[in-house]
Amino acid sequence: MSAPGRDVAIVAFAQSDHRRRTDDVSEVEMVMPVLHEVLRQTGLRTSDIGFTCSGSSDYLAGRAFSFTMALDGVGAWPPISESHVEMDGAWALYEAWVKLLTGEADTALVYSYGKSSPGSVRDVLTRQLDPYYVAPLWPDSVALAALQAQALVDAGHTDEAALAALAARRRTDAAANPHAQVTGARPQGDYVVAPLRTGDCPPIGDGAAAVILAAGDRARELCARPAWIRGMDHRVEAHSLGVRDLTDSPSTRLAAERAGVFERPVDTAELHAPFTSQEVVLAKALGLGDDVRINPSGGALAANPVMAAGLLRLGEAAAAVHRGDSDRALAHATSGPCLQQNLVAVLEGDPR
Amino acid sequence: MSKEPVAIVGIGQTKHVAARHDVSLAGLVREAGARALADAELTWADIDAVVIGKAPDFFEGVMMPELYLADALGAVGKPMLRVHTAGSVGGSTALVAANLVAARVHRTVLTLAFEKQSESNAMWGLSLPVPFQQPLLAGAGGFFAPHVRAYMRRTGAPDTIGSLVAYKDRRNALKNPYAHLHEHDLTLEKVQASPMLWDPIRYSETCPSSDGACAMVLTDRAGADRAPRPAAWVHGGAMRSEPTLFAGKDFVSPRAGSDCAADVYRQAGITDPRRQIDAVEMYVPFSWYEPMWLENLGFAAEGEGWKLTEAGVTELDGDLPVNPSGGVLSTNPIGASGMIRFAEAALQVRGEAGEHQVDGARRALGHAYGGGAQFFSMWLVGAEPPAG
Repeated sequence: MSAPGRDVAIVAFAQSDHRRRTDDVSEVEMVMPVLHEVLRQTGLRTSDIGFTCSGSSDYLAGRAFSFTMALDGVGAWPPISESHVEMDGAWALYEAWVKLLTGEADTALVYSYGKSSPGSVRDVLTRQLDPYYVAPLWPDSVALAALQAQALVDAGHTDEAALAALAARRRTDAAANPHAQVTGARPQGDYVVAPLRTGDCPPIGDGAAAVILAAGDRARELCARPAWIRGMDHRVEAHSLGVRDLTDSPSTRLAAERAGVFERPVDTAELHAPFTSQEVVLAKALGLGDDVRINPSGGALAANPVMAAGLLRLGEAAAAVHRGDSDRALAHATSGPCLQQNLVAVLEGDPR
Repeated sequence: MSKEPVAIVGIGQTKHVAARHDVSLAGLVREAGARALADAELTWADIDAVVIGKAPDFFEGVMMPELYLADALGAVGKPMLRVHTAGSVGGSTALVAANLVAARVHRTVLTLAFEKQSESNAMWGLSLPVPFQQPLLAGAGGFFAPHVRAYMRRTGAPDTIGSLVAYKDRRNALKNPYAHLHEHDLTLEKVQASPMLWDPIRYSETCPSSDGACAMVLTDRAGADRAPRPAAWVHGGAMRSEPTLFAGKDFVSPRAGSDCAADVYRQAGITDPRRQIDAVEMYVPFSWYEPMWLENLGFAAEGEGWKLTEAGVTELDGDLPVNPSGGVLSTNPIGASGMIRFAEAALQVRGEAGEHQVDGARRALGHAYGGGAQFFSMWLVGAEPPAG
């Protein structure tokens, strides 16, 4: 959906250093420095923020209402206008964007976090599947992605060598990202689930991200070059893998269309593709050519804190606009097995 | 640019019961969604987006169940959001959906909240031990009982007040075909003689554990013009949060609650809630929360809430009926309970509440809270479109 009525921008972005384990800090201790960093960038205090929204999952935290503890990191006193989605933080950003579009708030703080290290995230994510017919079989996230990858190979859209080259490119780029968990090209390793090898899979780790949104002149006050959200939309597909064409992502394409992606070329794309094969699906669905810089941050192949990895894509795309590295960037987030649900945003900087 | 007015044109609930063994999770939400669409005389194709809410995923043992429910909710090819703000979630979910219309992002949105508590043990779900974190022992009752005791000590309320609330709400539930508990032979004496669970909260002063879903169709002015039945209109809506535990926290009357109400009243032009609001659906999971919230929401002065209850003001035929539907004390699918409050408030101003209709209700408040009395969501709905 193109932004109706009001200009809203991402004016600040911060993230943690993404790590394999963070036994030394709680969720709130992981989130707090990131929140302080985005506030510092804008000079805002918690009490200046009009709306706060976060994204996280109780199943990762292993306890009910886990987000209530993270709220302590915000300092919600005096009480704040606040909401939470049990989704990746990209969707928290969407909720906050809508709130700003209503005019009820001029600034919003959005954050998300996830710790995959305390449990086995491959097993945990099986609990996301149809509880009657699929979840009892415990098909894990890598196995399902491998089904998708094999379908792509069978359809002639890619092969193992091409996936290996993609993995190497992303991790080489990630060397310039000080927050990345995995940097530098490395051997593809053994099959985890064929045809996916270790190198095709995201690292497992913990991390957090936060952004600040602001509307109109407020955005210009807070940021030298705001990343204006020109459009943002998200779409979901059927849950059952059996009724989907896993080599395509019609929900990504529809969301992109509604967000206005195809009106003018983008120069940068941050795609939330935890597996190399999923980047192939997304790039094809979005019609991204060789002239588009894809995942200069290294993407989810360099750091994949579940529940924050989508918000990271929006943050990285916005940061590219802030720095002047991009004039028009696409940011994408995904959720669910084999790219079931997808969000696409278009971010633009003012002409230079 | 001003906001688009938001109308509620369709409402659907399941018959809430202890265990819906006859339906899957998908079947449960589909039932409520289909009823809301039927009420609005719309089809799944008329819906632009779906906003779903529920409380912790551990209650059903499905992580982010909206992914699996996308098909049942008619959401395939559409935007779908999943809200989780603890017990206030049903209300928050409706507000997120309302904002989609208010911001003119979408024209017609289906919002739905559910809980199928029979899939697990809610008390266990609320009491998972996590190292180095404050435990919520013995479920919600164990957490809230000390705060009820603090209210009694602070106000000097007679210890029978809670039983009056429970007896009223359970009798109101007899007039609501969707309510879970229909205790035809309940008497005040039985409430007062029921076992003490968490002193001072007795068994009959406690919410049940329910399976149920509630859905609403929200739309813009043009949608309301086409609606077959009267619409309810959103005049104000807000959420407020504060930390679970901190020095100086007032559990009896949390500031987040009174701030949230003040914001809603400001939006709706309410200056005297007691006189200007005709019916209230407030989140009362334990009987004593009625007088506590009457004060927190500005219907009574501090220390005076219990006097309204005692004088019968909050009865169905009183001058400020509270929970005409029977409330959370009669029906509690946790994730849906807030939305049921919001929906019941809307039913009142639409004049569609049936036997538990408050005569002439023009403005009604829907209220929900959650967590450690720290998350609040409220909306005020009216029979007329908002001014301007």
